[in-house]
Amino acid sequence: MKPAPFDFVRAESVDEVLSILAQEGGDARVIAGGQSLMAMLNMRLAKPKVLIDIMRLKDLASIETKAGRVTVGAGVRQAAFLAWPQLSSSIPLIAKALPWTGHVQTRSRGTVCGSIAHADPSAELPLTLMALDGEVHLRNARKRRRLAAKDFFVGMMATGRANDELIEAVSFPAGNARCAFREVARRHGDFAIVACAAVAKGDGVRLAIGGVADVPMVRDLPRLDGSALDDALNAFAYELDARDDVHATARYRRDLVRMIGRDLVQEVLS
Amino acid sequence: MKRLDKSSRHTVSFTLNGKAVREEAEPRMLLTDFLRHRIGATGTHVGCEHGVCGACTVTVDGNLARACLTLAVQVDGCDIRTVEGLAISNDRLGVLQAAFRRNHALQCGFCTAGILMSLDSYLRQNPTPTEHDIRDLLSGHLCRCTGYTPIVKAALEAAEELAGIKNSEKADV
Repeated sequence: MKPAPFDFVRAESVDEVLSILAQEGGDARVIAGGQSLMAMLNMRLAKPKVLIDIMRLKDLASIETKAGRVTVGAGVRQAAFLAWPQLSSSIPLIAKALPWTGHVQTRSRGTVCGSIAHADPSAELPLTLMALDGEVHLRNARKRRRLAAKDFFVGMMATGRANDELIEAVSFPAGNARCAFREVARRHGDFAIVACAAVAKGDGVRLAIGGVADVPMVRDLPRLDGSALDDALNAFAYELDARDDVHATARYRRDLVRMIGRDLVQEVLS
Repeated sequence: MKRLDKSSRHTVSFTLNGKAVREEAEPRMLLTDFLRHRIGATGTHVGCEHGVCGACTVTVDGNLARACLTLAVQVDGCDIRTVEGLAISNDRLGVLQAAFRRNHALQCGFCTAGILMSLDSYLRQNPTPTEHDIRDLLSGHLCRCTGYTPIVKAALEAAEELAGIKNSEKADV
């Protein structure tokens, strides 16, 4: 398995990245940590004409907290975010979920924005971005715009990013101290069969599920218990349109959604 | 802006286990192939070529990396370390390698180079790991021979030795 041929540019400025994207559009791909894209290139699922490496751009490698939001630049590796001293106090959900993303050996290279750009439906970072109402900061040669997570993830590995846009950063609201995360996978670090995040919201709780539908799905539930909670979780589990695949049956996935969902709702509301 | 053309070879130079190396690569050439076929450093093994098996794990500027998910042109100017850099000399294994031998932590040896690199890097930053830490780290590697238990044992023993708690030097003979 070797990638198809491509030109390679090691970008020296963000403007340079944007100008190549403006000229080449969908024929260009931005590479950061490469932990998703390189595998796609090796399997020739992606065959760009030009690859733009952004990892030497210091401007993109910062984590900033401003006005109650944490903004993570496109060059921030997952390991660096996990080691950020404020992570567990600022965004506790990510402190809980990020150790489940890949392995030590891939978090040391893979970036936060790269995982979100790849938009794998079972990945943890897209799930947390949805659960927390995060935003994706996009930029082309002419303008900047922000997309809410729910508008960014449009399908399996499909996003609202236009071909001439660079994901400059993603941002998460700080806070949400009452939260929980759990995941079931065949092996730690493998793709989730079901990943679940719960965040207290007002009197109720927001539940976010990854690994089942084409995109991470969220549901805001009022404060419920007993059979009312079971019914709500069961309805949510069916609405996710789970499918059978080599890893698990649809029925098993629904079981996990009901079971983990219930545990996490109770954990967050207790 | 320097655009490296897909159909030509470009000079790539970096430090490999402390020594300067310089060779040529097309932009699409993986670091695994560059190390093995251009440099001739065949200690880094190639397994799955999509980042899952861990056999090709090396360090780039001190950080663990899958060489199969890294392009040679990306590491121009970097400091690369591979399994060839672990032995103290040609006839003397490093502490971690010796612990692997004592504990039968390898059989066919295909996955070993990557696992040694992961553990070497991890133990430098985490000198007193628990068994859970080691097992978590090893989740990034596939070994089909050992069942992992001897690897965990070797890693914990090497950690103790590196921390000066234990000396197994005499058992190496």
